[in-house]
Amino acid sequence: MSAPAPATTRHVEVAATASWTHRLRRLGVWLAAGALLLALPHVVRNPVAVPVMNQMGIAVVFALSYNMLLGQGGMLSFGHAVYFGLGGFIAAHVLNLAGPGGLYLPVPVLPLVGGLGGLLFAALFGSFSTRRAGTVFAMISLGVGELIAASSLIFDGFFGGEEGVTTNRTRAPLLLGLEFTTDRQVYYLIAGWALVAAALMYSFSRTPVGRMANAVRDNAERAEFVGYSARWVRFVSFCAAGFFAGVAGGLFAINYEILTAENLGLNASGAVLLMTYIGGIGYFVGPILGAVVFTFLQSMLSDYTGIWLLYLGIMFLATVLFVPAGLAGLIAMHLPAWRAGRLRTLAAPYALTALVALVTAAGVIGLLELVHFVVSTSPSRTTMRLFWMTVPARTLAPWLGFAAAAAAGALGVRWAAPRAAAAFAAASRPPGAP
Amino acid sequence: MTPAIELVDVHKDFGGTPIIRGVSLAIEAGTRQALIGPNGAGKSTLFNLITGKHAVSRGRIRLKGEDITGLRPYAINRRGLSRSFQVTNIFPWLSVLENVRCSVLWALGYRYSFWQRVERARDVQERADAVLEQLNLTARRHVPAGVLSYAEQRALEIGITIAGGADVILLDEPTSGMSRSETEQVVQLIREVTAGKTLVMVEHDMSVVFDLADRIAVLVYGEVIAHDTPERIRASAAVQEAYLGVPQTTG
Amino acid sequence: MLELALFSLLNGLVFGMLLFMLSSGLTLIFGMMGVLNFAHASFYMLGAYFAYTLGASVDFWPALLLAPLLVGGLGALVERFGLRRVHRFGHVAELIFTFGVAILVEEVVQLVWGRPAKSYEAPAVLDFALFRLADNAFPAYKGFMLLVAVGIFLFLFGVFTRTRAGLIIQASLTHPGMVAMLGHNVPRVFMVVFGVGSALAGLAGVIAGPVLGTFPGMAQVLGSIVFVVVVIGGLGSLTGAFIASLAIGVIQTSAVALDLSLGTTAASLGLPVDGGGALQDLWRVTIAQVAPMLPYLLLVLVLIVRPTGLFGTRET
Ligand SMILES: Nc1ncnc2c1ncn2[C@@H]1O[C@H](COP(=O)(O)OP(=O)(O)O)[C@@H](O)[C@H]1O
Ligand SMILES: [Mg+2]
Repeated sequence: MSAPAPATTRHVEVAATASWTHRLRRLGVWLAAGALLLALPHVVRNPVAVPVMNQMGIAVVFALSYNMLLGQGGMLSFGHAVYFGLGGFIAAHVLNLAGPGGLYLPVPVLPLVGGLGGLLFAALFGSFSTRRAGTVFAMISLGVGELIAASSLIFDGFFGGEEGVTTNRTRAPLLLGLEFTTDRQVYYLIAGWALVAAALMYSFSRTPVGRMANAVRDNAERAEFVGYSARWVRFVSFCAAGFFAGVAGGLFAINYEILTAENLGLNASGAVLLMTYIGGIGYFVGPILGAVVFTFLQSMLSDYTGIWLLYLGIMFLATVLFVPAGLAGLIAMHLPAWRAGRLRTLAAPYALTALVALVTAAGVIGLLELVHFVVSTSPSRTTMRLFWMTVPARTLAPWLGFAAAAAAGALGVRWAAPRAAAAFAAASRPPGAP
Repeated sequence: MTPAIELVDVHKDFGGTPIIRGVSLAIEAGTRQALIGPNGAGKSTLFNLITGKHAVSRGRIRLKGEDITGLRPYAINRRGLSRSFQVTNIFPWLSVLENVRCSVLWALGYRYSFWQRVERARDVQERADAVLEQLNLTARRHVPAGVLSYAEQRALEIGITIAGGADVILLDEPTSGMSRSETEQVVQLIREVTAGKTLVMVEHDMSVVFDLADRIAVLVYGEVIAHDTPERIRASAAVQEAYLGVPQTTG
Repeated sequence: MLELALFSLLNGLVFGMLLFMLSSGLTLIFGMMGVLNFAHASFYMLGAYFAYTLGASVDFWPALLLAPLLVGGLGALVERFGLRRVHRFGHVAELIFTFGVAILVEEVVQLVWGRPAKSYEAPAVLDFALFRLADNAFPAYKGFMLLVAVGIFLFLFGVFTRTRAGLIIQASLTHPGMVAMLGHNVPRVFMVVFGVGSALAGLAGVIAGPVLGTFPGMAQVLGSIVFVVVVIGGLGSLTGAFIASLAIGVIQTSAVALDLSLGTTAASLGLPVDGGGALQDLWRVTIAQVAPMLPYLLLVLVLIVRPTGLFGTRET
């Protein structure tokens, strides 16, 4: 058994002790998160922010559920959107049954319905796909994902064909007089559910089966020699992940009041892998960070550029290549320096690196946008808006300019990055060490 | 009294090559049994058959009188048999404490529960702390197991094996690759943690074997050629010839 | 009817041989490097687009050679500067990396060539009907595709059974790690295998582009099917890839031609069919409609019954 590699996607599971201070501190974290969620709509006054935050909340639950598989259980799934989507469709259908004279089912309970839908299908497909981990699991998840995506084009009764299934959350009976007519009202519902779901998923990772999920991920054979069936451990994790994906799907149904085949397709499954990985699969908060950043970029970038997916793809590849521990890993890396009180020594070298990196990025983005403009607009249009400038895209000058910026920036990064790394190493050294 | 482990005419082929060729062996409960034999004799394979890692090609295996032939490793473990591995086999990304905790969960009845937290389970905590203390790894409890030193990993390997409290313990070369003093510590540890239990141990260090074992079985080319007390094994001409070759110095 | 079946079979054969050009490279890469390359079909797409662009400036025939070479070079670069780097993080990281490459290639293709499909056409010399079967014309270009695919197949077969390099590769499929013991520069071998596999995918793209369409989604459409093929055939098994390619090719093309549904079948057997309820779609669905599902159904079934695939010996 080799020692863990230094740069890794996983952080080590350090056992939390049951001491009172620890418990209090953890409770404090959850309370603070709750307070933050309550205050957020009052702090962020931009009207478009609330829909984006709703989207973030849904993505957070979905990504956390995905990491129950990938990060906690070592199962790489290419079809997790199946449980999100099916949970959402079921929730939408149930919501359509609710209303005056129909089913008594208030909106706040609906995510539970989605969760049970996700759980049902996870139990069905998990029963055979969790027999093995590794490549076989990944391939079965892909197969199931494609299978469901293909059947969504056939079974119009359930999936609603091209238009999808629409629903209306205002027709459902009220619980405690709570109405969900505005985005802001829905925000509180999503925030509440996200907090509860996150707390439950965190708790799950601390339970016997949650701990064994880590053990099976690390060494499935050994787990079988201490009494656990690796398959059952995986199956339980898989069902739990399917349940919470379904909860996210239910929230989606409430928020958007429509579900289409896209929601359970391969692209949706890929997106959740992307955001989870960017956030960091080795940390509980990783998927939360990833979902928030991903959704933010998605909604911001798509306003400014038609090639935002390209940027997200580049970001994803860069993460895989250079920061496999993700954003959360990047933050965790700096804890020793922070504890040693040396974070300040990093400010200057980091700022310098960031500056030259920004120049590179600007150069590359400029070039990509130029290409995009030249390819996708009619030859009669000659100027484009780029970085708050009007650029004559069909002349040589801007191309040269951006290429020069990219090249100069890259040289700058080659110079600055090792210095930042050295500063990091110096700051992370334990106090007292030479 | 029913033997702790009973093998009846056990055979194992790998791709047509016979590796275990008709082993019948009864191991009395509460004894310390050594299994010796040259490299490649099939000692680890025999462990793999007993613990359910591999299926036997022919024959029956009984644990405390119950037939366990063909059961999966976890099912056998739940019946009170636990083993260590010749090549260290731990959970490298989990902390040392987590490694031990994971090994006591099933034995303490936690099964696949997802409604209670491990760190609130007092019995798990106490058992894990006690095992860490025995292993002398308390100070290293929060270190990832993968970065422990070789000797520490070997100790943890034994810890994982015994933490669940199984009463039949199989150890595969627990002292291999260790220095003299490390070996002595491990022997002391084994003596402690297997007191009152059935121990089956593969071991190459003859001083350890003659020190610990009540009975010795000699496996050569997949066959048990002798099974007796240490004195008689030492005296046996057949063993001398087939295995020990030159007279061994012990102690 | 018989002629129609024959025609359908012939089409299936063409599609199947095309699948083999892709799956052979994919299964080789997996067998030697343990990497299931998600980006394999992306190289296929790049082959088509390169040939389209080159074809416009030079001609189809030089492009037939140049485009695969370019794609192969690109593949080698991806291995050298990407895959090799993530290799130390394990197979899951490698899989995720190739997944990222697939996304990136699709986006780059959209950036450079735009979203709409390109009118990449077969060369005019091959634009005639080779023969007719039951009123269906079999285009000469499809004959050409079959010819190229069979040529590649024979070439690969020759390389594997007759040359030293082929024997080494074959040996390393069953005993990974042996290449190193024979004193070969393993990273270089990996790079070459990856490059050649990508070039083969590129060639498949060049010849398939005019028939299956040249559009940014073409990699995704075929990518999953190729995965199905190599997994069903058994990861790392060339024989398995060959048989599974042909099987999937024929099944898919002939299923598309079948207009039967459970409902009509039941009705023709005189069984009463109740048309309502949530399952009504189940009765209406024709085999042609289910055709896209069949490969995945097969994949899941095979993996449940035999996780190593039909001819494979290894799982991961
Ligand atoms: N899984 C296996 N597949 C094929 N051969 C095996 C396997 N396990 C062990 N062997 C072979 O069985 C023989 C005995 O091995 P082993 O039991 O490890 O010997 P020992 O532990 O006595 O040194 C060796 O020749 C080994 O190569
Ligand atoms: Mg051995």
